[in-house]
Amino acid sequence: MSVSAKTLLAGVAGATLLAAGAIAADLKPGKSYDLGRAATPEEIAGWDIDVLPDGSNALEGEGTALEGEEIFMAQCAVCHGEFGEGVDRYPVLFGGEDTLASHDPVKTPGSYWPYASTLVDYIYRAMPFGQAQTLTPDEAYALTAYLLYINFVLDDDTLVLSHENIGEVEMPNRDGFIPDDRPDAQPETVCMSDCDVATQVVGRARIIDVTPDDDETAGISIE
Amino acid sequence: MQRPSAPSSSGRRRFLKAGAGMAAGAAAGAVMGRTGAAAAAAEADPTTLPPNVPWWGQYLGDGVAAHPYGMPSEFEAHVVRRNVPWLTATTESSVNFTPIHELHGFVTPNGLCFERHHAGAPSLNPADFRFMINGLVDTPKIFTLEDILRFPPVSRFHFLECAANSGMEWRGAQLNGVQYTHGMIHCVQYTGVPLKVVLDQVGVKPNGTWLMAEGGDASGMNRSIPLEKAMDDAILAYAMNGEMLRPENGYPLRLVLPGWEGNMWVKWIRRIEVGDQPWFAREETSKYTDLLANGKARYFTWEMDAKSVITGPCPEKPVLRKGVNQIKGLAWSGRGKIKEVHVSTDGGRNWMQARLATPVLDKCLTCFNAEFDWDGGEVLLQSRAVDETGYVQPTMQALQEVRGVNSIYHNNSIQTWLVNKSGEVENVRLG
Repeated sequence: MSVSAKTLLAGVAGATLLAAGAIAADLKPGKSYDLGRAATPEEIAGWDIDVLPDGSNALEGEGTALEGEEIFMAQCAVCHGEFGEGVDRYPVLFGGEDTLASHDPVKTPGSYWPYASTLVDYIYRAMPFGQAQTLTPDEAYALTAYLLYINFVLDDDTLVLSHENIGEVEMPNRDGFIPDDRPDAQPETVCMSDCDVATQVVGRARIIDVTPDDDETAGISIE
Repeated sequence: MQRPSAPSSSGRRRFLKAGAGMAAGAAAGAVMGRTGAAAAAAEADPTTLPPNVPWWGQYLGDGVAAHPYGMPSEFEAHVVRRNVPWLTATTESSVNFTPIHELHGFVTPNGLCFERHHAGAPSLNPADFRFMINGLVDTPKIFTLEDILRFPPVSRFHFLECAANSGMEWRGAQLNGVQYTHGMIHCVQYTGVPLKVVLDQVGVKPNGTWLMAEGGDASGMNRSIPLEKAMDDAILAYAMNGEMLRPENGYPLRLVLPGWEGNMWVKWIRRIEVGDQPWFAREETSKYTDLLANGKARYFTWEMDAKSVITGPCPEKPVLRKGVNQIKGLAWSGRGKIKEVHVSTDGGRNWMQARLATPVLDKCLTCFNAEFDWDGGEVLLQSRAVDETGYVQPTMQALQEVRGVNSIYHNNSIQTWLVNKSGEVENVRLG
């Protein structure tokens, strides 16, 4: 290799380093790029459908449990059951009071959900399953009122539930939640030898026999 | 020897037949590894073995134009995602499992990354894709995918673990295969733009302390995320392992929240709203809250704690021979790097240090290995991960003392495999 070629390569390497430094400097926080465009109020209104626990940002609308019952029978009962009992493995929407500390907790809007806002938010954005966002806000409030009524949260099937009072509904399990308090279950010391642990086999998946392709038996589900 | 004409040679046909046998065996039996290994071992074609010259040493193979997008060997047809039909009401709101027992290294091939959808996996034209940021910002904005691709990219390896991984095992040993007990996980190199860079383009207001990420699919998946996480290591990712995201993994854009439960990694992301309080959406109240024995439930359990599992031997990968056997496995922590992995062959009475394969990366799968001599007796295999924060992977008994058995999510307990006297491996619970 000639001296001039070496010099040339060194120059290229130096230029590359300088360029790399310049790129790194560009990643400083707050750098503004001429990318994206302002969203219009109409565009935001079409997509901004979320509802907060206190009812703020709630979609304008209203409905009663009586109205909700009719919609539920037509659009929801085929999966959730006429009384919200759930068909097959579709979610149960009714009952479960006083089961949360039992061996078989039944987690429903009445027994478990902390906020009514979540019901109207979820129903409007994702239900009916396979036909999301086909309900009107009025229908979402009516269905929410119906579910609250069959779960004994509302005792009046003519009460008008709306964006104005959705944040005021007091759910039975409102205080049933605690913030993440892990890490937990930590040993005092890490034992490496002659550890005092139970080594008896007390359960075998082979005997439970619900691994796919074994048979049609159903096991304990996460749903 | 009859002269075969590649590629449809008689020898090749015999191999295809053996492959089909393996696939059928895999479908019929829960213990795929044993079936596949036995079929492969039993059906070697003697005409291919020394001193004969095999057909592939004489005739031409496929030309370069045969497979514009290549697939694995047909003899690896058993290495596939699997689901558990009884787990969920529909396949559109369901989960399948990564075949971690068949993989090597810490990178999951894109086609094998487990799927978790709540309304199926839409495949949308990137030209139609729009991403909105609104709420407590100076300028609400809409970005196209082309816009996103113009921001400075980062590429990082991270694991994504479903909060419900191992969730069916809280009450006892239920599913007999590591694919099912631990396969709601994948680990790929994600490429995208740091979320903080995009947030800088809209100007988060001082009272903006929470984000809501929302999916563009029919489940409209929405989760609340503290602003600190967004400004730390969150990525809006468009690529995995060097190619654009797969439709089932959120094509063309998804959220990556390193170390945090998979549910929050919103796919097909359409919107982020900035607010001053969390939303308490369905997926952080009804779901992804962890019921304790006293009837109270933890919420916002975001991090995935340190965990490990032996992926060989395991129920799908029996111990076929006496003598030296390699133990291999995976360890990970949502709180940082893996520091140590311990392995036991006697149900946790005695432990040895496993070897960690490099690199050991932050919030990433880490491969470990160790060896043991099998004398034909019963062996109780376990692994125990320790992360850089000092967190030690707990036993199921220790977890149950604190949490009971109804948590569903965040089961990171030590897994036990029983190697029985015939060399089969079983998922067992010790007590």
